[in-house]
Amino acid sequence: MYPDYMLESIKKVEETRPGRLEKSKKYGKEVFPHMTDKERGEVLSKFHPDYKEGARKEVRVGPNKGEILTTEISDLLESYSRINPKDFNLDKIDYETDVLVIGAGSAGMASALVAAKNGSNVLIVTKLRLGDSNSMMAEGGIQAADQRDDSPTMHYLDVIGGGHFDNKPELVHALVSDGPESIKWLEELGVIFDKNPDGSMLVKSGGGTSRNRMHSCRDYTGAGICRVLRDEVYNLPDKIKYIEYSPVVELILDDNGQAVGAVIYHLETKQYSIIKAKSIIMSTGGFGRLHIRGFETTNHYGATADGIILGYRVGAKLLFMDSVQYHPTGAVYPEQIVGFLCTEKIRALGAQPVNADGELFVYAMEPRDVEASAFIRECTEWKNGITTPSGLCGIWLDSPLIDQIEGQGTIDKNLPGMVRQFGRFDIDIRKYPMLVYPTLHYQNGGIEINDKCETNIPGLYVAGETSGGVHGRNRLMGNSQLDLIVFGRRAGLNASKRANNGVKIGKLSLEHIYDYEKEVADLDINRKKIAPILLPDYIPEHVKQKQITAEYFGTLI
Amino acid sequence: MTENRMMVRVQIMGESYEVPEGSTIIMAMEYAGYQLKRGIGCREGFCGACATLYREKNDYKIKGGLACQTVVNDGMVIAQIPFVPAEKPVYDINELTPDINTIKAIFPTVFRCVACNTCTKACPQDIEVMDYIQALKRGNIERAADLSFDCIRCGLCALRCPAEIVQYNAAILAQRLYGKYLSKKNPQLDKRVKEIEDGKYIEEINELMDMDREKLTETYYNREIKIS
Repeated sequence: MYPDYMLESIKKVEETRPGRLEKSKKYGKEVFPHMTDKERGEVLSKFHPDYKEGARKEVRVGPNKGEILTTEISDLLESYSRINPKDFNLDKIDYETDVLVIGAGSAGMASALVAAKNGSNVLIVTKLRLGDSNSMMAEGGIQAADQRDDSPTMHYLDVIGGGHFDNKPELVHALVSDGPESIKWLEELGVIFDKNPDGSMLVKSGGGTSRNRMHSCRDYTGAGICRVLRDEVYNLPDKIKYIEYSPVVELILDDNGQAVGAVIYHLETKQYSIIKAKSIIMSTGGFGRLHIRGFETTNHYGATADGIILGYRVGAKLLFMDSVQYHPTGAVYPEQIVGFLCTEKIRALGAQPVNADGELFVYAMEPRDVEASAFIRECTEWKNGITTPSGLCGIWLDSPLIDQIEGQGTIDKNLPGMVRQFGRFDIDIRKYPMLVYPTLHYQNGGIEINDKCETNIPGLYVAGETSGGVHGRNRLMGNSQLDLIVFGRRAGLNASKRANNGVKIGKLSLEHIYDYEKEVADLDINRKKIAPILLPDYIPEHVKQKQITAEYFGTLI
Repeated sequence: MTENRMMVRVQIMGESYEVPEGSTIIMAMEYAGYQLKRGIGCREGFCGACATLYREKNDYKIKGGLACQTVVNDGMVIAQIPFVPAEKPVYDINELTPDINTIKAIFPTVFRCVACNTCTKACPQDIEVMDYIQALKRGNIERAADLSFDCIRCGLCALRCPAEIVQYNAAILAQRLYGKYLSKKNPQLDKRVKEIEDGKYIEEINELMDMDREKLTETYYNREIKIS
């Protein structure tokens, strides 16, 4: 439960609630003016963490050398491999497959299913278990322009405006055009979407969208999709093999510069194995566990940017890796759930963000970067936030308003995950607002792809959060779930076609590691700096001091 | 979690450690020095990786919970479950009928349920597990899918079940049968898919793709917003 001084502030929220409810009944979500182009630009440049001093720096190695990227990414790219190529005999192959899928979230598993259906043998390798991914944790929804008053054209406009017009047009075209078909594909696999009694889709709006097109599976949308894909992978044991607890630590090229394999490392038995493949799909997810700018994150334990590192080392180009998404509504209280996602669907259902005095200060449905920046401004410059006992600041997300607008029982029915999450710590979100602040959420950029998910490295395909270009420098809610399915399926099909067409594989090589490491060594970087780090490190310093013989390669694994 | 807060003493796999009060089980293990690989996943209560058994001070009961969502207390004894060796039958969803015969064929153990409610008591999501198993026994796929919807497949139900039922695998079958066969379909979706296949929107989108930034910005900010 909230301490007394917070309850005092909640009283003010309750006092303004009837007035806000009345406004909301009259004007819907339009109870506060939208920002103009100029206002968006101002709040972003002054308050978005990407624009803060030190947030970006030049990367001095690899294909994007000389470009300004997110600091933590530049630092991580300037690192050594965990392996020495001379320790590996690449004539001895442990696993051979048509299509190798790296990472088993929704993009990876969707690609595996499509590649298998197209006649390829598929091998999935993943760092933890099948389905362990940010995909599984998505709550709010999946966008697709299937409604009568909507169109892929309107969806296109929303996506590219939300991305500040930087998105790669061909990718946005693919995203919005495959949307409805992707929903149909998922439903045919057995995903249960929220519907109205007549069978029509129950759709809501998301931040920065001009139509209601967010489809959902309660507030377990990611899980609702990912668990079905995983069940289907389990059901095809002859066509799709998988190896768990085995992250890829390097990609293998051949002497023609094609991506033709990978080195995996088993986290428990500490063995390395060699995989040879005709096509490779990289779908390792994002980077939240790098805790960029010290932010807490909504991301999975395994989200350590592995795919970016692996792709970059073989020469794959990165796009928009100077941009980070902070989700406006991360939990700030209680302490056990700081940084956890409070889905955008809470605002989609009518909850309003208000400050310590219960006042509205921003339109609830701005694009995420704009909304998050407005929250930061409210807490810092305008000092209208609420400070927690551990010194964090947040603003109120007035959830009880939902049942008052949409009718009693709406919260229980649509947000069971949120009710459960806060309920575990004795906070009833049906009666009390939630304290929120922006949290590190999504990797806007990634390895540049085209609309076939191809990269500049032949044989290397990328899908999902690891890819760059679809969302420009800011993704809108629900478009990542769509991205996973649309580009997962495209990657699966195109990788499979390439494998089926008969790829000539030359001599396998890890020589590129020497070339890359030479660039790193020229910068006098400590030889102990290793990437990918594979897992984050949360062991406290006083314990580390006693781990005298332990070796940290990135982390203690 | 800082070092200068109140500490509690817990046992992790039988070894005693002092950890900060208010820690979740995951935080406590990391504070103790564990680099977790199994029994950890999303850390937010959505993936089911961190099923954990624990006993509290002066209590004989062994309880189950998610390590990322359960706060430690003084005297707690903790054992994480690395893996659940439960059976997962393989099936082709396209060949099935959404009725009791499918349940009988694929999950015959469901019919061994003795209605002891141990599964429901074990569920960290507070799902009425026994009720959905009973619904499956009656062939009520819709109810089973609805009641089991929030299942995150941690496996605690199956581990505690005296009738050896793998509830969470039966649940995903029920959910898929409902989603694929029983949920009311939406003709508007098929219509839109067909319109896109027929190229209805290509011209409009191409027009946007060809616009210069200034014109595109203007079009975007002037677009009509129709949301509820």
